[in-house]
Amino acid sequence: MFRFILRRLLQMVLAFFGTTLIVYALMFAGQGDPIQALAGERPVTEAQRAYLTEKFHLDQTGVGGFFYRYFDYIKNLVQGDLGESLTGRQIGDILAAAWPVTVKLALIAMTVAVLFGVTAGVLAGIRRASIFDNSTLVLTLLVLGIPTIVLAPLAQYFLGVRWQVFPPTAGSDPDFYALLLPGIVLGSLSLATALRLTRTSVAENLRADYVRTARSKGLVKRRIVGVHVLRNSLIPVVTFLGVELGNLMSGAIITEGVFNIPGVGFNLFRGIRTEDGPLVVGIVSVLVVVYLVSNLVVDVLYAVLDPRIRYE
Amino acid sequence: MSDFETVAASENQAARRGPSGEPGAPNQVGGTSTLAGKPRSLAGDAWRDLRRKPIFWISLLLVLLFTGMAAVPGLFTSNDPADCVLARQHAGPSAGAIFGYDFQGCDTYARAVYGTRASLLVGALSALLTGVIALVVGMLAGFFGRWVDAVLSRVIDVVLGIPLLLAAIVLLKRVSSDSSTVRIAAIIFVLAVLGWTTAARVVRSSVITAKEQDYVAAARMLGAGNGRIMWRHILPNALAPAVVVLTIALGSFIAAEATLSFLGIGLKDPTISWGQDIDTGRVHMRESAIPLLVPSTFLALTVLAFIMLGDAIRDAFDPKLR
Repeated sequence: MFRFILRRLLQMVLAFFGTTLIVYALMFAGQGDPIQALAGERPVTEAQRAYLTEKFHLDQTGVGGFFYRYFDYIKNLVQGDLGESLTGRQIGDILAAAWPVTVKLALIAMTVAVLFGVTAGVLAGIRRASIFDNSTLVLTLLVLGIPTIVLAPLAQYFLGVRWQVFPPTAGSDPDFYALLLPGIVLGSLSLATALRLTRTSVAENLRADYVRTARSKGLVKRRIVGVHVLRNSLIPVVTFLGVELGNLMSGAIITEGVFNIPGVGFNLFRGIRTEDGPLVVGIVSVLVVVYLVSNLVVDVLYAVLDPRIRYE
Repeated sequence: MSDFETVAASENQAARRGPSGEPGAPNQVGGTSTLAGKPRSLAGDAWRDLRRKPIFWISLLLVLLFTGMAAVPGLFTSNDPADCVLARQHAGPSAGAIFGYDFQGCDTYARAVYGTRASLLVGALSALLTGVIALVVGMLAGFFGRWVDAVLSRVIDVVLGIPLLLAAIVLLKRVSSDSSTVRIAAIIFVLAVLGWTTAARVVRSSVITAKEQDYVAAARMLGAGNGRIMWRHILPNALAPAVVVLTIALGSFIAAEATLSFLGIGLKDPTISWGQDIDTGRVHMRESAIPLLVPSTFLALTVLAFIMLGDAIRDAFDPKLR
């Protein structure tokens, strides 16, 4: 167990350095004269140039200099100093304002996925090959197959603009009602996957020996399903939802962009549109860390929850 | 990103298919049949299974339809997608243009038809490149085992830990060229470099099962070298599950390309792409919804067709479900 956690941790560290190195190399290194790029069209005085060169260690050349500046970037990242966006705001401040909204949205999406996904999955697993089971299979395939860039605008158009069931956009400081439709759109993919996972795992567990034993003891079906099967079936679902929570926090770029929700994804969306390099890099760096850490936590949790996992 | 969940979920099933290839194996040991002998018997069963599935025929039909559209768009519309006149902005459907005109006054339907080519090209070529990387890595890791496997498996773990959309955003932001060939090549490269891991795992697991087979031992006893064994005996076993995974991946690559174009870092004008048209249509949906609905439908149908086709083939090849 200890070895497993250690190995997983090492892997994460490798992935962390790998991705940040790629991010850094592509965004900052080798782009001509960074000082002139910073100043735009205006001329740079000798004193300013000397000061900036000193500040960002630009006098170090070659591979050594590259790594020198890379570790500067990592150091700032770890300390939470993400620099300024092109609009002059601290990226840390932008993110601090955006996180609560994104977390709220992710929680709504997660609630939708758990409520409907797990319930429908259990029902489909119990009545395998029934009409209900087959129709949920087709429906989930549709949801999994339709990209978010189609799903989100269509939901916005039909439910927000045409039939006006929900507010079409959220705007600044959105309330629960405004976040509901985006939450459902965002959660629909997790819902479909959770449903399929639950269904397979319930159907598999229903054939297990302990279920036969429970049945022959004369237990009522509700107890067999509710206590015996459900407990064992939900392990993979719980881990999947754990990974999804990490994904939802970072993966809401399209949904937040389409519905105008001022979360982290929206800021990234806007950063890409307005060619705000520092903002994109800052957010991507943070999101990569969130993604890696949430994956790590889930992997370890999985190993703790399910003793059948081999640690090798 | 979530489309990759589908692929990930399919991985387990496809990987499980490995040992099930065994029933056909005796043919091969007998030496009477050639390479095609084994897959054919399994494929024969699968084919009988597939023939009865409407979902297979529907998705195959759609795939053929869109492939035809990509190859000869002129067959499906006689209008020129570049013929844009602002005066007919958001004009409704007419005899000349069945879905009317979009924000720029271009024929909505013609643009969707001509957008098929870039999408399918990116999807197919990234799937192909993914397949090549996955086959090489999976084959080396599975066949040689020991430290080769250890190193390659760790590489797979690390690459799998990189979030696809975020990494693609960073990589593609670097491409400043507006030339359509360069952008298409860049997207293909990025998607393949980030997306090969699942297929590589599938290949690796089927190679590991295949190399323990008696006919491999027999071939080795007859003096066959590593290269020959890999090429003649193991590759055919690894190919079928890899192709299934790649069909599904093709669908998700198309979705990924559209998402990147939607964000504004994928394909750009003058290349016609669904993702970009969906974005423009989305912004002007209050004036006219058709320019949003048409490319959305095209994209959704294409992605669905490939995912359903792969799903159906996988189910047919999985004897556990029979």
